[in-house]
Amino acid sequence: MFDFKPTDQDQKRRFLVRAVVAGILAITCFGLLGWRFWVLQVERHESLAARAENNRIAVLPIPPRRGDIVDRNGEVLARNFLSFTLEVVPGRAGNLDEMLSRLTPVVYVSSADQRRFKRRVTESGRYASIVLRNNLNETEAAWFSAHSLRFPGVELRARWVREYPQGKAAGHVVGYVGRISESDMTMLEDKGELGNYRGTDIIGKKGLEKTYESVLHGKTGFEEVEVTARGKPVRRLRKVDPIPGSNLVLSLDMELQRIAEDAFKDQRGALVAIEPATGDVLAFVSQPSYDPNLFIDGIDVESWRRLNESPDHPLINRPVYGTYPIGSTYKPFVALAALELNKRRAADRINDPGYFEFGGQRFRNAGSTYFGSIDMHQALVVSSDTYFYSLAPEIGVNALHDFMKPFGFGQITGIDIEGERRGVLPSTEWKKNAYKKSEQQRWFAGETISVAVGQGYNSFTLMQLAQATAVLANDGTYMQPHLVRAIKNPTSGQERLTVAEASHRIPLKSENVQAVKRALADVTVSGTARQAFVGAPYQTAGKTGTAQVYSLRGGKYQSSAIDERLRDHALFMAFAPVKDPKIAIAVLVENAGWGGSVAAPIARKVFDEWLLRNPKGSVAPR
Amino acid sequence: MKLLFKFLLRGVTAFDWPLMIVLLLLGATGLLVMHSAVGGTDWRYADHLRNLLIGLGVMWVVAMVPFQYILKFAVPFYILGVILLLGVEFFGSTSKGATRWLNLGFIRIQPSEMLKIAVPLMLAWYFHKRESSLRFYDFFAAGALLLVPFLLIVKQPDLGTALLVFGAGFCVIYFAGLSFKLLVPLLVVAVVGIGGIITYQKDLCQEGTDWVVLHDYQKHRVCTLLDPNNDPLGKGFHTIQSTIAVGSGGVYGKGYMSGTQTHLDFIPERTTDFIFAVFAEEFGLYGGVTLLALYLLLIARGLAIAIRAPTHGSRLLAGALTMVLFVYVFVNIGMVTGILPVVGVPLPLLSYGGTALVTIGIACGILMSISHYFPNAES
Repeated sequence: MFDFKPTDQDQKRRFLVRAVVAGILAITCFGLLGWRFWVLQVERHESLAARAENNRIAVLPIPPRRGDIVDRNGEVLARNFLSFTLEVVPGRAGNLDEMLSRLTPVVYVSSADQRRFKRRVTESGRYASIVLRNNLNETEAAWFSAHSLRFPGVELRARWVREYPQGKAAGHVVGYVGRISESDMTMLEDKGELGNYRGTDIIGKKGLEKTYESVLHGKTGFEEVEVTARGKPVRRLRKVDPIPGSNLVLSLDMELQRIAEDAFKDQRGALVAIEPATGDVLAFVSQPSYDPNLFIDGIDVESWRRLNESPDHPLINRPVYGTYPIGSTYKPFVALAALELNKRRAADRINDPGYFEFGGQRFRNAGSTYFGSIDMHQALVVSSDTYFYSLAPEIGVNALHDFMKPFGFGQITGIDIEGERRGVLPSTEWKKNAYKKSEQQRWFAGETISVAVGQGYNSFTLMQLAQATAVLANDGTYMQPHLVRAIKNPTSGQERLTVAEASHRIPLKSENVQAVKRALADVTVSGTARQAFVGAPYQTAGKTGTAQVYSLRGGKYQSSAIDERLRDHALFMAFAPVKDPKIAIAVLVENAGWGGSVAAPIARKVFDEWLLRNPKGSVAPR
Repeated sequence: MKLLFKFLLRGVTAFDWPLMIVLLLLGATGLLVMHSAVGGTDWRYADHLRNLLIGLGVMWVVAMVPFQYILKFAVPFYILGVILLLGVEFFGSTSKGATRWLNLGFIRIQPSEMLKIAVPLMLAWYFHKRESSLRFYDFFAAGALLLVPFLLIVKQPDLGTALLVFGAGFCVIYFAGLSFKLLVPLLVVAVVGIGGIITYQKDLCQEGTDWVVLHDYQKHRVCTLLDPNNDPLGKGFHTIQSTIAVGSGGVYGKGYMSGTQTHLDFIPERTTDFIFAVFAEEFGLYGGVTLLALYLLLIARGLAIAIRAPTHGSRLLAGALTMVLFVYVFVNIGMVTGILPVVGVPLPLLSYGGTALVTIGIACGILMSISHYFPNAES
């Protein structure tokens, strides 16, 4: 019938004992609570009652002023202006609809503002202060103050509002601030910073605004005011001033930045220019860009959709987020590897019949070219694929990996902006970890061939190429690249450098470096980039390249035949002057085909500006 | 006609009246305090009333289900709960940094809440099955049944709920006869551990000290408990203000609707986890002790039902559910008065929040079902 058994008396008695013990535990714990009530409500009653009375003293947070962001010459990229806002505490304002209908004749509140306000009322607590309208002009502010008694719970406040006077220029570098979201709150809570953000409603969301949030924000101060029993402040008792956030002094030069951005016209692409000796990033371009001002107050749906759904992907920070096989711009580094690892001497010649045969397979030069008998110098100048194919089996993928790693290829460069991707610097080890199936995990010798010309599994950010170029220009000394040069205390004016010394030095033989640099110098004189540098009064070392977007399965590349967005990306890496380089650069123009004709002229414009602005061409303005 | 009458009769007799009266008194207190906490009758007050009625309805329905059927639900309910927890682990949605919710398309559910019932039910079922041939290793099996959902909830992370689930399961194991020889040393270790933390709090709470097993935010909570003044604008604010509210209430309280802490906005979360501060400020020591007495009556009645219950399984379950209610009350009031860390545990029947009220409704419903469970009479 039922799955029960008559209860054993013995067991019942045992349960009784345990129930009594549990009951005793409950009584003990409640006794503990009762004792605690006694302590608080009788023994400490007087002092706590006094503190409750003192709680007539309200602690009001005073948010700190957020630090400014300026370029290396003091030109402003981000600052704050004081704006009047109308804020409402719904719990004190009575019927909200009725309040709004009485308020609108006094101060105009658009229907969009009203909708946003109502949405935020449902999202926040009833006693949170919610912004009803921003940017009141002085007349409106004065007009409201005169009528403020009629609107309990509605307050006029002066707030710092963020603005980005440069608009789209360097938009990806600065990033933007936005309203503190729930996940931001949790993050702040985890860091124990929630208290420091009372009274603040914005936080860095992207770019430097995000990376340097803790520096820019500052420390919240507070004010103790005596309030009436109904919560109205009557007298200030004590004030602890907020500590304003520090200013960021960028290594960027806005004039150079604008010239670099304009040089792209309406093409998509990325550019990073670095001062090799310091690691200062002089220009950092991601085209198309966006106007960060759109995001400050919460972006409207229409603009968001336009940005987010655009096929040009303006929100992607291309130099650090896009990863590409960098093609021929990898060759100088492969050449240097061959020299350093004693796999080939610079003067050794090989025959280039237009292809390299390996394991019964033919690896062809791009564009059906052949160059005959060439040495390393010529191979770089004409960009012979065959020469570098032939290096691949001699160096081997793992030795190449170990050589490239300290240059920063496939590594986080450590640039001070969020969202950097690592990319892939292939090795047998990497392939074993990257794939699940055992047949895919094996490294094939043929795969090394395409790796040696910068194709295949190679996948680097443009930032990495720029940094590696800077390291090469700097004879192997790795300065961590940085957009922020110094953090400046706004009160004392003291500056603290972000990067003061080299991260590491790659031991390179000077003669090998010079051999590669000489070849690269010839690229801009008689090689693939000669047209872009005709008549330049300084000497440039560079290398063109193309990054494959569309893989050609045996077919022939014909730019006119395939969709524009599947065309190759044009690449260029360079530094100048060859002796004592002042600027190193990497340029990528998306779907523009060949690097020499599109990417190199952009580099030329940037070099001209940087090296010729100051006629002596040596010390850049600071 | 006769059937309908029988059904209606069952509907009335389903209640365990002593338990019902205590619950009604607590519910009425809840409405009274909520009225003051929201400063009048606004939507929160109406919501709380509605939630109380829903909880009552759920309790009524559960109370009408004969207990042997409830026990049959144990295994599927438990398995479903664990599957949903796994679902949260892999497909859950994250809110406020913790992954607790599972979106089923038409409804968003928080499976960890249902484990508060499912775990003790499952363990009671297990011990019931193994009653005649109970061995030592059964306690290990039971421990495993308890640890799986517990660890899944800890991982979310939701320490408050995890502790309640653990407490519920542990109570079943305790009532099933876990040896005192094991329990007493555990208790000693716990007391020594807590004593140690309090003694060495200065070193432990230093910036950068890694607590290995606890998240940073949990460390922050414990350290804030030890010295709320560490973080007066943030977390410590809760504890400081709630102890001020309780203490300033004194012996007689400040009077209904006259708590300054409450009405000047100094008590955070005053409708939910910290509602006891509102109560204690306005009704003082007398009120607090009366409320404790009410809860003690609830627990006493629950234990009485457990002791009189006819089968092993029903005894264990009734005992465990009662002790869960006790843990709710103790942890919540302990937290408000500043002797326990701030964890999200509501005060039964007083705190705002529908989910918790439904859980408590189910627990009380099962208690009532057990109270009129007489397998002999029906067989």
